[in-house]
Amino acid sequence: MTDVADEVEPAAEPERHAGALVTWSRGQEVLHPTRETYVETVRALRDDGFALCADVTSVDYLERPARDLPSGVAPERFEVVVNLVSFEPPRRIRVRVQVPESDPTVPTLWDLYPGVEFFEREVFDLMGIRFDGHPDLTRILMPEDWEGHPLRKDYPIGAVPVQFKAAPPTR
Amino acid sequence: MPPTDLDDDDPAVTDAPWLGSAETSEGTQELTARHATDERLLALERGAVLRLPEGAALDFGDMDVENPEDETMIINLGPQHPSTHGVLRVMLELKGETVLRTKPVIGYLHTGMEKTAEDLMYIQGGTNVTRMDYLSPFFNECAFSLAVEKLLEIEVPERAQWIRMLMMELNRMSSHILFLATNGLDMGATSMMIYGWRERELLLAFFERVTGLRMNHNYIRPGGVAADLPDGWRDDVLDILDVLPGRLDEYDTLFTNQTVWRQRSEGVGVISPEQPVALSLTGPSLRSTGVAYDVRAAFPYLRYDELEFDVITGTVGDVFDRYAVRFNEIRESMRLVRQILERMPKGDYRIQDSKITPPPRGRIDESMEALIHHFKLFTEGFTVPAGEVYVAVESPRGEVGCYLVSDGGSKPYRMHWRAPSFANLQALPVMMRGGFVADGIAIISSLDPVLGDVDR
Repeated sequence: MTDVADEVEPAAEPERHAGALVTWSRGQEVLHPTRETYVETVRALRDDGFALCADVTSVDYLERPARDLPSGVAPERFEVVVNLVSFEPPRRIRVRVQVPESDPTVPTLWDLYPGVEFFEREVFDLMGIRFDGHPDLTRILMPEDWEGHPLRKDYPIGAVPVQFKAAPPTR
Repeated sequence: MPPTDLDDDDPAVTDAPWLGSAETSEGTQELTARHATDERLLALERGAVLRLPEGAALDFGDMDVENPEDETMIINLGPQHPSTHGVLRVMLELKGETVLRTKPVIGYLHTGMEKTAEDLMYIQGGTNVTRMDYLSPFFNECAFSLAVEKLLEIEVPERAQWIRMLMMELNRMSSHILFLATNGLDMGATSMMIYGWRERELLLAFFERVTGLRMNHNYIRPGGVAADLPDGWRDDVLDILDVLPGRLDEYDTLFTNQTVWRQRSEGVGVISPEQPVALSLTGPSLRSTGVAYDVRAAFPYLRYDELEFDVITGTVGDVFDRYAVRFNEIRESMRLVRQILERMPKGDYRIQDSKITPPPRGRIDESMEALIHHFKLFTEGFTVPAGEVYVAVESPRGEVGCYLVSDGGSKPYRMHWRAPSFANLQALPVMMRGGFVADGIAIISSLDPVLGDVDR
């Protein structure tokens, strides 16, 4: 709670970790690899002791394209966010990857962390981002025949037809 | 207990240990036994997880009627089954009585709470998240509040932090006691179910006195807590602390010293330390394998760094260990509560910033300022600077994480919930593999999933 926001300082050499540009968000370290270097960055982090993949999620920045990104990283509509934990020393790190709307695909982390299977299925289900190489990329929370991805910002709320109708009168 | 061979239909496998060669009708089988495969590789090998469409049914045309030995069948456990703790459906691939592969099918309780959160102001968000893991609501509220406060870059008053810790540790006790109750029910110790609900009632009665509600409290809010502790709260807590140790000793006798129950739980659903970390398992289920990862100790939040407590770990990682870790965590929480009682400071229970917390009710009648603040706060809410944070707390089920993105408005742009029950379910197929269906009931119970948390 004592963390102070540490904005990106105009340093001569941009800070890098595991081959990715670094920003700090409220004292939390954030890495920004490209889609091509994403798996390599996470692999380097895992070999560096980040044994637990706590979370994989995604954000749809459709209505708010501007956000804190290091210079050199172009904002895209989607972002996949991965939270990693190292036990010894205790440390958290976050990886954010930009995913374009035209091709919402990222490689899977399943080979590195089998535990991302549910997380990536959830992201696919609710945000419609595909994970290349995922063993079972199917819907997990929504019904299998559902159309659309509800967490997208342009998903029409209220457009779902009412599924339950009043019981027909008996007479 | 060695892992059972599942791929060969060789009855000698149960006799021949998992090392070395097996005797067959064609001489000694030289092929390395399946059991020699590293457990981590096995988990990676897609072995335990059944990957079939949810609607898959047995195709009678595919059945090999001539050779019933080869037969495996897929049956459904749930979604309406008393031991699945809610609407959890588990597809089991069975060979006889043995579970081969498993697929947890979830989503029956999905109500889109992450989407709902984008439509609620920060001041309303607590009512939403508290309903996710309904057995440990304070943890949800605290994770959400800590995330909002981190974005706001404020620190709540000391008393509010200690009240939060008090409520959370009591909540951990009530949640684990309910685990004892349901676990007992699933394993046939039905009297434990009654005792567990009774003890939990003590704690819920205290929650009701403090927050006004037994569940879904919305008590921990951004900026502090909703109200100060009521008069006589210390005696209420002391009463609970007086009653519980004796009762816990009784349950220790009822469970730990009971041969039937131990035979039912020991060596069942074993998972080795490398597997659960790879499978993103957290909480007591992870600690039962010997990995001492507890968010309270690893990344102290609030004032946990000022308290003395042990991270309880197990050794084997079976159903018994998961029970024992939770059981001892109740005692550890009581130790924490005693320390909190000693150190509870005086002061404000919420931050005195009218831009974030509402003014006291009495001031509204007297002060125009207070009236304006009150009105603005409950119509527009407060704005939060743009940014994104991930904050985690240790709930009774594992790491509860809140990933919050703000666009500078009064509602979250995106709120993602790292639900521990959701992640923990991934370990279910690995634990179930090779066991019996009846063991599966014990294993589901030992994971202690809350389906409200799984589906959100």
